[in-house]
This record gives sequence, C-alpha cells and structure tokens, in this order.
Amino acid sequence: MRLHSPLARVLGSGAAGEGTGHFVAQRISSVALLLLGIWFLYRLFSLESFAFLDVQRFVADPMNAVLLMLLTVSMAHHSWLGIQVIIEDYVHEPLVKILSLIASRFLHAFVAVAALYSIVSIGLNRL
Amino acid sequence: MFLSILHRMTGVFLSLGLVVFALWLVRASAGPEQYQYFRAAMGSLPGIVLLIGCTFAFLLHAANGIRHLVWDTGRGLEIRDANRSAWLALAFSALGTAVLWGMRL
Repeated sequence: MRLHSPLARVLGSGAAGEGTGHFVAQRISSVALLLLGIWFLYRLFSLESFAFLDVQRFVADPMNAVLLMLLTVSMAHHSWLGIQVIIEDYVHEPLVKILSLIASRFLHAFVAVAALYSIVSIGLNRL
Repeated sequence: MFLSILHRMTGVFLSLGLVVFALWLVRASAGPEQYQYFRAAMGSLPGIVLLIGCTFAFLLHAANGIRHLVWDTGRGLEIRDANRSAWLALAFSALGTAVLWGMRL
C-alpha cells in the first residue's frame, strides 16, 4: 500500500498528463479570433485602397496597431494549436512527429514576431 | 459530415493566410518599393484567387467554429440540426465571400 490517495494518483495522469488545457486554449483563442477577425475583415474591405500610404496610415493608427497585434498573437496561437493536432493525428513516426511539432512551433513564433515587429516599426516610422 | 474535414483543410489553408498576413505587414514596413512587389503579386490573378480563397476559408472556418462552440454546450447535436447548420455555414460563407468581393472588384 502506498500513502497515495486514488485521487492524487488520477490527477495529472492520462495520455500526456494533461488534456483540457489545449482544448480550452483552442476555444478561447477562437472566441478572440471571431471578434478580431470580423473587425479585420470589415476594416480590410472598407480600406480606401491597398496603396502604400493608405496601408501605412491604417497600420500606424494606435487602435488599429493594438488590434492588429492582438490579431497576430491570437492567429499564431490558434494556428499553432491546430497544426499541432493535425501533426499528432497524421504523423505517426515518432521522430518525424517530434521534429514536425518543433518546426511548427518555431515557424509560428517566427511569423508572429515578424508581424509584430513590422506593426511597431510602421507605427514608429509615422511619428 | 463533409464539413469536418473541410474544417481541417480550411484551418491549414488559413495558416498559409497567416503567412500572407505577416508578409503584407513585413513588406509594408520595408518601404514603398518593397511593398510594391507584394501588392503586384497579390493583384495578379493567382494572388486574387489566393485572397478569395482566404476569405472563403476564414468565413467557413469561423461559421463552422461557431457550430463547434455550440456543440460544446451540448446543443445542436441531433443529426437533423447538425445537417441544417452545416448547410447554413456553407451558404453563409459562400454568400459572404461573394458579397465582400463583389464590393471590392
């Protein structure tokens, strides 16, 4: 016998030691994306033109910049979680799976930071 | 039923859309000349097809995502209801894409 209650043993067990965190994060980012995505789609399609100066003016507006940065983070997070599920479902060779998951994580971080840096850069250039 | 795999496919496609989104901002921050290349590429026929695809994929993924959120509450899981909401999501995204791009083109 162990001095370990059944509950304590059950908590933290399961396939990966956790399970609901990923599920919940996917739902929360989806709600954020629903709001930010509708805003972005609306702004994109009501943009005067996609000429350099119009795009620069749009991105440099402080409120737009903040929402674009939130959109970037939410999209990258949601996309990373989704691609992770797809890799886990379809890639069965352990080494390839791990390497794909790491590559996906690096790529998502790179794309997100590149977009965030560009938004800040456009905003500061307009000052 | 078919929307289940379409949800994954539009999701992967939208990950490509994320790259286009980031590229748009990176090019715009690099200056007018660099941005011009990006704008020309997106204004070409393959570029417009890609952007229309992203619009449709976003609307379908969003509408189907709402179905998933409703299902999470235990509602709408009857086959009849699920089939109806599937067609609704598909019609909404097709119509939405047509309206948005009809305004733009």
